[in-house]
Amino acid sequence: MKNAAKKIYIALIFIFLYAPIATLMVLSFNASKTRAKWGGFTFRWYASLFKNEVILKALSNTLIIAFCSALIATVIGTIACIAMSGMHRRTKAVILGITNIPMLNADIVTGISLMLLFISFGFRFGMGTILLAHISFNIPYVILSVMPRMKQLNPSTYEAALDLGASELTAFFQVVFPDLFPGVLSGFLMAFTMSLDDFIITHFTKGAGVDTLSTKIYTEVKKGIKPEMYALSTLIFVTVLTLLFLVNFSPTKKSNQTGID
Amino acid sequence: MKKFLNKKSTITNSKKFLAICALILLPGALLSGCGSSSDGGNGQVIVYNWGEYIDPETIEMFEEETGIKVVYDEYETNEIMYPKVESGAASYDVVCPSDYMISKMIANDLLAQINFDNIPNAMENIGSQYFDQSKGFDPENKYSVPYCWGTVGILYNKTMVDEPITKWSQLWDEKYADNILMQDSVRDAFMVAEKLNGFSMNTVDPDELETVKNSLIEQKPLVQAYVVDQVRDKMIGGEAAIGVIYSGEAIFTQRENPDLEYVIPEEGTNVWIDSWVILKDAPNKENAEKFIDFMCRPDIALMNFDYITYSTPNMAARDLIEDDDIRNSDIAFPDLSLYNNLETFSYLGEEGDSLYNELWKEVKSN
Amino acid sequence: MTSKNKWLSTPYLLWSIVFIIIPLCMIIYYGLTDKTGAFTLDNITAITTMEHAKALRLSMVLSLISTLICFLLAYPLAMILANMKVGQHSFIILIFILPMWMNFLLRTLAWQTLLEKSGVINSVLSFFHLPNINIINTPYAIVLGMVYNFLPFMVLPLYNALSKIDDNVINAAHDLGANGIHTFFRIILPLSVPGIISGITMVFVPALTTFVISTLLGGSKILLIGNIIEQEFTQTSNWNLGSGLSVVLMFFIILNMIISTVFDKDGEGSML
Repeated sequence: MKNAAKKIYIALIFIFLYAPIATLMVLSFNASKTRAKWGGFTFRWYASLFKNEVILKALSNTLIIAFCSALIATVIGTIACIAMSGMHRRTKAVILGITNIPMLNADIVTGISLMLLFISFGFRFGMGTILLAHISFNIPYVILSVMPRMKQLNPSTYEAALDLGASELTAFFQVVFPDLFPGVLSGFLMAFTMSLDDFIITHFTKGAGVDTLSTKIYTEVKKGIKPEMYALSTLIFVTVLTLLFLVNFSPTKKSNQTGID
Repeated sequence: MKKFLNKKSTITNSKKFLAICALILLPGALLSGCGSSSDGGNGQVIVYNWGEYIDPETIEMFEEETGIKVVYDEYETNEIMYPKVESGAASYDVVCPSDYMISKMIANDLLAQINFDNIPNAMENIGSQYFDQSKGFDPENKYSVPYCWGTVGILYNKTMVDEPITKWSQLWDEKYADNILMQDSVRDAFMVAEKLNGFSMNTVDPDELETVKNSLIEQKPLVQAYVVDQVRDKMIGGEAAIGVIYSGEAIFTQRENPDLEYVIPEEGTNVWIDSWVILKDAPNKENAEKFIDFMCRPDIALMNFDYITYSTPNMAARDLIEDDDIRNSDIAFPDLSLYNNLETFSYLGEEGDSLYNELWKEVKSN
Repeated sequence: MTSKNKWLSTPYLLWSIVFIIIPLCMIIYYGLTDKTGAFTLDNITAITTMEHAKALRLSMVLSLISTLICFLLAYPLAMILANMKVGQHSFIILIFILPMWMNFLLRTLAWQTLLEKSGVINSVLSFFHLPNINIINTPYAIVLGMVYNFLPFMVLPLYNALSKIDDNVINAAHDLGANGIHTFFRIILPLSVPGIISGITMVFVPALTTFVISTLLGGSKILLIGNIIEQEFTQTSNWNLGSGLSVVLMFFIILNMIISTVFDKDGEGSML
């Protein structure tokens, strides 16, 4: 009884989260160019998607920027969390406060202030500036994901490892990092996601002719979003979902209980 | 990733040092790499245009015929384009702003005078009436070449209203409560109420604007939503009976939903023009002129008209349109002499702008 | 860990100085000057004008409601997930993040398609002769949009924190005679405080500054403080006023910071 209730609850949340996604997927097969009208079933948008070099280029830019910025932000953010755990509470609070600034500012404020910064430093606008901007707004998400795990760490295991003769780094990677890992991973994914989604900051920090999917989509709004975008989103979604199931439910996985948790 | 967890760590101290160095150097390395990559030769032109506002094929044709590489970039509002151009963050050559924004750019000394000798196609093909209309924002026709134009009017669903809509004042009719879509931008929304009250849409008179504000506040309970680009989809889907829309969208929406009808209201309206301009700091001025000239060629202008369905000021291109219905369409090519009180936006100055914005905020938060 | 690891924070500190503090100073500079560059407090005090104060109040109310709903929805969910002991953290995390890989604008537009008067949900309801729901272009739709977009930000930190709690602690509590409710309020809830703080920050803060959601789902009839700031930058090009209002909004960082430190003490205290 209790289990059934739990399952229904999870199912409802999933319906809520995935209803708009399902809508987008349906729209990708819509023969009409507008989201407001069903014009029959078609695969046309999928075919034209692969011929559309502009969209494919934007896709690769988006993925490169999202991956690099998330990776760098994760490294910097995780290291910062580790460093902060040894700090005085007040210092830590100040740093965490600074961390929250990019999140609290409206995107447009962050975007314009970064644009001004890049201009005054004489940076050339292009992929590099987008990357720097993305790393900056990604770090807070990493820190906010890793910090709770960090606080729950038991320092004595680390010290025990040291007592048993492990070097600091070995102790860290063997004892501390596995405990942090879920936080680090969700931080990375969160950063990746935020980077994928960002439009306004990218707009102000990008150079001419460099486009990401988000900037493409926003400029398309004026004339109506091209159904190719729905098709692309559907493909991305299906690909990731398939990969996810393959990795997690393949029969070969057996020995993944690390015994750490 | 699980493997990573279990792996015996063999990282030594020197590796730690290297990792930290890489971490600090990596962004710098990426940055310098990208810096050099965006350097171009002389054979390019950097174009900054509205999103989806050109047939991509015409760009390819231009590149093939002239050997000039086009770096193409897009924006979705005049206001979001302006700070990027003004700050010089990316050095563009050709931009395609709207009327009032062009006068603002002229006022702020951002534009270069165009040498029309290098753009023979413009003189030959663009209708002189459009240059006359442009004088509202570019008094001596020195800075801009018209690219697209149109009107702002009312789109209504014939099945949802019981009388033809002909006037702005019908947007204040209570029987259409929750069935009206207004434009969600200061100037466009104010234009409607200014025309309703018989004022100029470029007025900065505080008393007139107060009246206009009160009209808009009075209308607000009847408005279903203030939207910009959503008018199109919402009208096609039958969400609302009446919407304020740009004429360029009207042809498309009618094609999708034949119940829709577009009218230019009796009280007059906005005739807008989007024109090519060359920036003062443009690195490739000659190529920019070549680009604009190419866009004024009748066959190219026709391709663009077919692609974006916004009215072209290119008379020669219009003559090439094969479909009689479109060539003589009142929506795409209305005879402007038949309408009263048509105006084009001009820049109101900083004070004017902030007054409008102040009042618009009062409308929205009411 | 030990305090000698403090130097590890150097990369991040350098980074925040260049890419957070300096831009922040620029914004403060703009906020404290007028268009001619002269010092003024007008842009800060502008928050007290009727429209701005109203927008701020509305933003606060809507984001607080959204944060609360997110918390109430996410906590049981995170507990169920943490108890499933799947050992596949990455899978659970991804399944919640995945919807966000579809572009934000596309997702919000999809909600429009779902919620509209003649939208998908109402079509289904009409088919079963049920009353239609008309929440599009109202504050309810905005709250729905906020909850939808920011729910994963609440679920993930909570899940992270809850899955870290040692079963032995809970079993010990049971052995010592604590019932379910007791265990929850005395053990589970206090131990998950860091996750709760992260979650609240990650939901409340973006909800407070959003403008796309109120534009698309609120029909732009409801002006939030995010809309006003955005408008000052993109429509009026009044960066000074926009910056000034942002600085006011930043006051909430400090507030947030203080609250975090206060709660933190409890969180860490209960660890001992």
